[in-house]
Parts: sequence; C-alpha cells; structure tokens
Amino acid sequence: MIKFLLTGLWRDRSRSLMPVLVVAIGVMLTVWMHAYITGFMGDTIEMNAKFSHGHVKVMSKAYAENMDLLPIDLALVEVSHLKSALKEANPDMEWAARIQFGGLIDVPDENGETRSQGPSIGFGIDLLSPDSKEADRMNIRSSIVRGNLPAKAGEVLLSEHFARKLEAEIGEAVTLISTDMNGSMIMYNFIVSGTVSFGVEIMDRGSVIADIEDVRAALNMPDAAGEILGFFGEGFYENERAVEMANAFNAKNALSEDEFSPVMKSLSQQGSMGQYVQMAEVWSLYISLIFIFAMSLVLWNAGLLGGLRRYGEIGIRLAMGEEKGHVYRSMIYESIFIGIAGSVVGTAIGLFLAWLIQTYGIDISGMMEGASMMFPRIIRARITPIDFYIGFIPGVVSTVIGTMLSGIGIYKRQTARLFKELEA
Amino acid sequence: MENQSIITIEKLVKRFPMGKDSFTALKNINLKFGTGEFTGLIGPSGSGKTTLLNILGSLDVPTEGTVHVLGKSIGKLSTKEAAQLRKESLGFIFQSYNLLVVHTVFENVEFPLLLLKYSKSVRYKMVMDALEWVGLTEKVHSKPPQLSGGECQRVAIARAMVKKPSLVLADEPTANLDAVNSHHILKTMETLNRELNTTFIFATHDEKVISYLRRKIYLLDGRVDKDEIITPQKSVAQ
Ligand SMILES: Nc1ncnc2c1ncn2[C@@H]1O[C@H](COP(=O)(O)OP(=O)(O)O)[C@@H](O)[C@H]1O
Ligand SMILES: [Mg+2]
Repeated sequence: MIKFLLTGLWRDRSRSLMPVLVVAIGVMLTVWMHAYITGFMGDTIEMNAKFSHGHVKVMSKAYAENMDLLPIDLALVEVSHLKSALKEANPDMEWAARIQFGGLIDVPDENGETRSQGPSIGFGIDLLSPDSKEADRMNIRSSIVRGNLPAKAGEVLLSEHFARKLEAEIGEAVTLISTDMNGSMIMYNFIVSGTVSFGVEIMDRGSVIADIEDVRAALNMPDAAGEILGFFGEGFYENERAVEMANAFNAKNALSEDEFSPVMKSLSQQGSMGQYVQMAEVWSLYISLIFIFAMSLVLWNAGLLGGLRRYGEIGIRLAMGEEKGHVYRSMIYESIFIGIAGSVVGTAIGLFLAWLIQTYGIDISGMMEGASMMFPRIIRARITPIDFYIGFIPGVVSTVIGTMLSGIGIYKRQTARLFKELEA
Repeated sequence: MENQSIITIEKLVKRFPMGKDSFTALKNINLKFGTGEFTGLIGPSGSGKTTLLNILGSLDVPTEGTVHVLGKSIGKLSTKEAAQLRKESLGFIFQSYNLLVVHTVFENVEFPLLLLKYSKSVRYKMVMDALEWVGLTEKVHSKPPQLSGGECQRVAIARAMVKKPSLVLADEPTANLDAVNSHHILKTMETLNRELNTTFIFATHDEKVISYLRRKIYLLDGRVDKDEIITPQKSVAQ
C-alpha cells in the first residue's frame, strides 16, 4: 500500500514535484528574507557601534548625562588604569579610549590670516599604537580619498567634503580652535595627511580625525578620554550580554556620589539606539512573521488546491473500499513528506542566497544619500541559527494544515458527491 | 440461484437538499434482487438510476425506508462498515472508467487486493487472471492514457471483478464506447456473471446493454415504472 502511494506520488509530478517546488520557493524566500533583515538591522547597529557607541561604553556619570554636548570637561581621567581594570574584568572584550570634541578648523593663508574656517566634530582615536585596531574598526584605511593615514604625531584626516569646503590641501597646516578640559581656549596646529569619505552622512560632514595622544596634548587632558568603547571581540552586538555587563559594572559604582565615577552603558542604553535595537529585534520578528504568514497562506492554498484536485482519485479509492480515515491520513503523510522535502530544498537554497549576500553584500550607497542615521553602505545578510529552521514553519505546517482543511471535504461530503465532481 | 435474495429495498425515498426545499430523486422504491441476476435500471436521464445505484453501493444513504445489501442495512452502517462492505463484496464500473491515470493497468487492478491485504504472489495471480478474463494481459504495464476507451473499460471491469465480489454495480458502462466495444464488454460481463455467479446491476438507457439484460427495471421520475423478468429462452435468443 505504501509502495502504491509512493509510486503515485512519484509519477504524478503535479502531486510531488510541483508542490515541492512551491514549498521550496516559499521557504527559500522566508529564510532569505529573515537573514537579510537580520543582516541589515545588525549591520546598522554594528556601524553605529564602531563609529560612536561601542557595544558598551564607559564614561563619567556626568559625561553620560550630557553625552550629546561632547563635554570634554567631564571626561574620564586615569584612563590607562581604568582600561586595564576593564580588560581584567572582561578579558574577551576589546577596549578603546576615544575623545569626541567640537571646535573650529581654521585654514590660514601664507600670512597666517584666516583663509577659510568651519565648525567640525573631532575624533581622537588610537591611530598610532602598533596594536590598535581602531583604524580597521572604523574602516578608515579603505575610506581614504586622498593622502594617507596619519603616520606620526601632529597629523590629521579631514573628511573629504569638509576639506573641499575649506579648500585645504594635503600637507597644509590647519588650526584647531577649541576649549580644553579646563575650559580655556586653545589653538593647536595639525598637518593634513589625507581626506576620508565614509559614505555616512554625519561622519562626512565636518569630521576631523587625529591620534588620541595629539588630541590629549591639544586639549590638555593627559591620560583622559571622553569615553572608553568596549567591543565583543569579533562578535556582533548582543543586547542581553551588553546590558548584563553594564549592570554588573555599574553595581560596583552604585554607591559613589562622585559625578566623575565611571558608568557603563550598553549600546541600547545610549540615545536613540535603544529604540533601534528594540526595533531591530521586534522588526525582524514582525517582518518575519508577516512573511511567514503570507507564505503560509500561499502554501496553505497550494495544499488546499492539491487536495481538492484529488477528489476524483480519492473518490475512486473510497469506492474501492478504502476507509476515509486511511485516505485522509495518507494525504496528510504525503503533505508532511512534501512539506519537509520542500522545506529542506528551500532552506538550502535560501541559506545559499543569504550566504552570498553575507559574503559579497549589496551596495546600497546610492539609496542612502542624505540619511541622517548611520546606515551601512553595503547590506549584508546574516545567517543565524534560526534560519536553519524558520522556513519549516510555513513549509511544513501550512502545507499540512492546507491539506488537512481540504481533506475535511472527504469527511463532509457524501462519497457520491466526490464522483459527481469527478464526472463533471 | 436467483431466488436467493442479495438486496432488499423497502419504501426507499431519497431527497436531496435544494436550497430551502428538497428534491425527491427516489420515491417509494420497493425491490428485491437475487444472487446471480443480470439486471438493468433503465430510464431517461434524471430518472434516479445513479442515485439508486449509489445507495446500493453504500456511497450514499437512504432518506427514508430501508435498503439491505448482503444482509447489511445501508444507512445504519458506519463509514468504516460501509468501506468494509465495498472492499469485500462490491465492485464498481463507471461511465468514465475512473482509473487512476498515473498507475499501470496492473496497479489499477491490484488496488482492491491491496486493500484486502493479499500477499504479493496471490495478488499477482489474481490480477493476471482478471486481465485474462477481459483479454488485456498484453497491456499489463500500460497506463490508462495509452489505452483506448474500450480497453480502459475492460481494465475497470477487471478491477471490479478481481476480488470476485458478490455484487457489481455498473453505471452507464457503455456510454463512452462504440458498438463493437460495447458488445465486447457486455459479453465479457455476461460470461463472468455465468461463471462466477456474480450479481450485476446496471444503470443504463443504452439499447445494446438492454438487449443483454435478463431483468429490466424501468425507472421514471424516481419511481419504478415496470419490472420485467425475461425468460431464459428469450434471453438466449438475443
Ligand atoms: N447530490 C445531488 N443533489 C441534488 N440533486 C441531485 C443530486 N444527485 C442527483 N440529483 C438529482 O436527482 C435526479 C436523479 O439523478 P440521477 O440519479 O443522477 O439520474 P440518472 O442517473 O437517472 O440520470 C436528477 O434530477 C438530479 O439532478
Ligand atoms: Mg446517471
């Protein structure tokens, strides 16, 4: 009997190949879509982490409260000590001190008079230590448009857009005019070593990037830093882990009244990123659910049609004396078989497509011009464990439910009716 | 032989729901059929032949009255018991053959035996015997789409007969066949009726079929209009 059913299934391609294909396509889209959304949402988070938020960030309490103002007067001091303590407590994290600051960049002419001037946002990051990963983390090397990375103290990178506006050339001197950690006005000269363009609107408007030691010298903040960013090694942002780490760190300093005592904030606890992280989690769930639902409808319908189309065959089998329950069960088994086969094929293809996009990425820089948030220029899918089974929900469940519902017709209808429909 | 009753129909009424009302397809039918009959339900289209045949085949149930087939009361049977009755004792032949198109001739004829759980070797012998009765041993591996209409109907006859059922119900079996093929399958069925003592009940309005019948029950508008038994001499003369 099983052999009879299997030969029927195998020979009738409209009963086997077609449904398997339909299921496979639906499952493939579901898996691919999920990996794509996860990748896009995740990349946006990573990008914000790398440029400004870290996976976690340590600041002084006071700095944390006024983060948007880049208040360097509230910076952390004795940073090297704090960094080693952090490294010791969390050995699998990477820690990087940074200083973000505001100021004017002034380009003097040959007489020392102002030729051009513009407001800028400065980044003091560790560019010159041999073991620093900061340049790679911010993808600076490949973002260079003209010139080179700073190779020695006293050199800066300007964003390409900013350099053009100021008409500052490579090798020329520019002056940073700002206030130091104590609130005094300072002027500090840099040589422009190169220009960068990140393809991220807010990084490309008026950025100045210098080695952190230079910035410390300029702003009179020895061994100080506005923030210490922590990154999960090679890994991606994990909200739970970051929040836990921050809570553990803060618990130790909870009783301190000192507004300069350090606090740790997870990426999600900084500014609007919390909303985005939440949105990323909820969205990828919702979009996946909507997609799964839509695919389920399609596959359910396919299951339904497959069942209805077979009323003739079923009528014959019933007339020969096969029991309704037996016919019904055999249809369900068939649909489970088809659902699983289609889901396996679809998951494999979906994962392969996702892998391609994970590896090679899709360049969407053209679509993101003028966006105020940091969006990645290249979208990459990200395959997570759930992608290995998420497709089976629409693939198997809907196909089987579709078949079950259409199969109810077998029970409801008088057998004679099945023939009426067959003869018509 | 024919006086041993195989079917008893008493005061049978069949109504189909039609919107708010209902349509009465069979009106107070009373009939008895004996073992080994070769009988036709004759009447114009819409007279209730198929409806009656479906009830006899436990594919449908009476609205009123009782129908006993082989001692079982149709309408009181569970779906399981009805399936059992069909599986063990009934064979069906349809106007449009109703073969399983992706299965071979052999597999189509074998199907009822699979349900009866015969062993493979027994099945093989029974299928080949049945195909020999209908003269189709050569086509054993063909599939229905490769066969002519006459051949398809012969496969259907083999499928109905392979388990040697007590009762075969044939609904307009010649409607899609030409004269030569019609006579061919009728002769086959007549022979099987004689040799295996199987009861045949036809639904038909085809003169060719009618000429082979030994009992003619005329239906008109859901009622029995006339019930003629042909004497053996007359039948031989056909
Ligand atoms: N399932 C049904 N629902 C409603 N009316 C039906 C149904 N089956 C048959 N009928 C009606 O019952 C009458 C007898 O049908 P049927 O037994 O098929 O006639 P015959 O086989 O003699 O041509 C017809 O008028 C037909 O329309
Ligand atoms: Mg009819």
